[in-house]
Amino acid sequence: MAEKMELDNVVVWDGNYAAAQALRQAQVDVVSAYPITPSTPIVEGYGKFVADGYVDGEFVMVESEHAAMSGCVGAAAAGGRVATATSSQGFALMVEVLYQASGMRLPIVLTVVNRALASPLNVRGDHSDMYLGRDSGWIQLDAFNAQEAYDLTLCAFKIGENHSVRLPVMVHQDGFITSHTAQNVHPLQDDEAYAFVGEYQPLDEMLDFTRPVTYGAQTEEDWHYEHKAKQHKAILDSRDVIDNVFAEFEKLTGRKYNRVETYMMEDADVAIIALGTTVETARLVAEEMRKEEGIKAGVVAPRCFRPFPFDGIREALKNVKAVGCMDRSAPGGALGALFNEVSAAMHADGNSALMTNYIYGLGGRDLTVDAIKEIYRELDSNAKSGKRAGKIQQFVSLRGPKLEYFE
Amino acid sequence: MSTIKKIRNLKELSTANDRFEGAHLLCPGCAHSIIVRELMNCTDDNLVISSNTGCLEVCTAVYPYTSWDTSWIHIGFENAATSISGAEAMYKARKRKGTLKDPDAPVKFVAFGGDGSTYDIGFQWLSGAVERGHDFTYICLDNEVYANTGGQRSGSTPLGSSTTTAPAGRVSYGKKQMKKDLVGIMAAHGAPYVAQMSPNKWKDMLKKMQKALATEGPVFLNAISACTTEWKFDPKDTIAISDLATDSLVFPLYEIINGRELNITYRPKNVIPVKDYLGAQGRFRHLFKPENAHILEQWQKAVDDQWEYLQRREEARV
Repeated sequence: MAEKMELDNVVVWDGNYAAAQALRQAQVDVVSAYPITPSTPIVEGYGKFVADGYVDGEFVMVESEHAAMSGCVGAAAAGGRVATATSSQGFALMVEVLYQASGMRLPIVLTVVNRALASPLNVRGDHSDMYLGRDSGWIQLDAFNAQEAYDLTLCAFKIGENHSVRLPVMVHQDGFITSHTAQNVHPLQDDEAYAFVGEYQPLDEMLDFTRPVTYGAQTEEDWHYEHKAKQHKAILDSRDVIDNVFAEFEKLTGRKYNRVETYMMEDADVAIIALGTTVETARLVAEEMRKEEGIKAGVVAPRCFRPFPFDGIREALKNVKAVGCMDRSAPGGALGALFNEVSAAMHADGNSALMTNYIYGLGGRDLTVDAIKEIYRELDSNAKSGKRAGKIQQFVSLRGPKLEYFE
Repeated sequence: MSTIKKIRNLKELSTANDRFEGAHLLCPGCAHSIIVRELMNCTDDNLVISSNTGCLEVCTAVYPYTSWDTSWIHIGFENAATSISGAEAMYKARKRKGTLKDPDAPVKFVAFGGDGSTYDIGFQWLSGAVERGHDFTYICLDNEVYANTGGQRSGSTPLGSSTTTAPAGRVSYGKKQMKKDLVGIMAAHGAPYVAQMSPNKWKDMLKKMQKALATEGPVFLNAISACTTEWKFDPKDTIAISDLATDSLVFPLYEIINGRELNITYRPKNVIPVKDYLGAQGRFRHLFKPENAHILEQWQKAVDDQWEYLQRREEARV
């Protein structure tokens, strides 16, 4: 039997170690993984737990991320708890199998430490890998700090493994800013954490020989559409389960999570909507803007990137006059993905707030407090004049002449 | 407890255990089903099977049907060795934790791939799984061509074969390269058991399959699978063509234990010329034009050299 670990009430962990601890406490049956910066310490941390006797499950170090996810799929189909970790290029290499995992309705937990996609090669954090996964049929939860990376990883097992969900779940955290920054974390004790996650309940497992199962069948135009539609229904239906798991987690820890996180939105005139660590900086700045400049600033953040919280976003932004959508991924000839999705949610309800798309932070470029202040000032001026000052899409903190598009 | 099943004759083997349904979409005369059926009938142990994308997969699991009356998984073109690794790891974890429904039931893990998915696109996945030492048997159904997609060349396609991506034409005799020696490569991984087999020599194949399943650790079996569609022969001649393959020594039957001990398991009484094997198939027809005579010579020499090499290794016990 695996050794238990005594944990202090407050520990100093970075996001990677927090994720590795959550995997250990969930008593994952198979971790099939391949290391890549900046998520490597998750795999290393877990490997050390294995070496020190804290893990009863199998730890399979494979030869690529494609194989890591392939191993996860085979293991999950064999009826047990499965998890892995990756970033960036590794995530990109996994993409083929991500779709197969969700298509086969296998509850795998993937901790993603967000990092830019090459080229140029870059190891720093941005959200291009997270965005690459957005149509893969996975639930995507987004952590803004190490505590949340720990909490949401525990929640992820409970959400994905719920028999009415049966979908794989990603838990995202920002490369380096979260993954490598030591912060105070309040962990659960091993027994508490495991009791929360619960025993794995196999369904259609390959190791039950009284009831053979076929995984990964082929369907053409006769049935493929129905399968994919059913999958879409499953991920949308998971919204209630996510809410319930968050509620249960709050009861246990007092830490409350919502599919859409709002900050000072009750009377906000202007709002920034963002993902990852930027949310925390924006909250700080919003508070300052209110105190120092009298700007009624707020922050909205999709905690749950998939299923996209269409209703929650619309509700959170219903009274604002100007919105800055922050996209930390190269938009590749379009508006940012978050901008597009948030705009759609608002427009469907006839909301005519002025929308601006700020592209920022690619390849780990720092988004400073001053830069966010400037964005709030611009949003405030837009709100007051009823007119957007610049163009719809603007690049923030970029060298050279201002880059902006779309009137 | 896992025991090696006693099989006395071909009839007994072909009817022993119907876990692979006769209802599937493989071409009449396809050797794939003969090999798969023999594997599934050679043991009474429970089987977890994975397949790469390919003829076998697309012909046996088209929703809402399945030909597999045992646990079966397919992910992609390249990763059957890894899906079976994952399943085998899960079996070990659950056995240790006591969460298996029937912990004493003997289980064997088997992966199938065609030559395209084994020699080419899935080679890395296979190599990784064998290096890690999972307890499984990988069987390559080697028909020397991407048959499922209409006959494109693979790393297993032999010299001079005409394929849709290396066709014979006015200035080309077909594929310019030799077939990759995958059996040798897998043996070099240090796998405890590696062998080449052919369904016409069913007893030899049975022995190798049973040995493979009884071996702890990764096993690689290369099964010649004559392809009526792409090799271009009459569907009724699958076994006859396989006989020509083994008796011309184009497909020598042998095994390598622990990467070192090589045993030749079939020595034809009358070795036939390679051109008799080539001449029986449409894919090599153009080689019999006068301008391609040198390719026929090259073929015979390559087969002679390989046979010589295998015999030397066997004799030297390396």
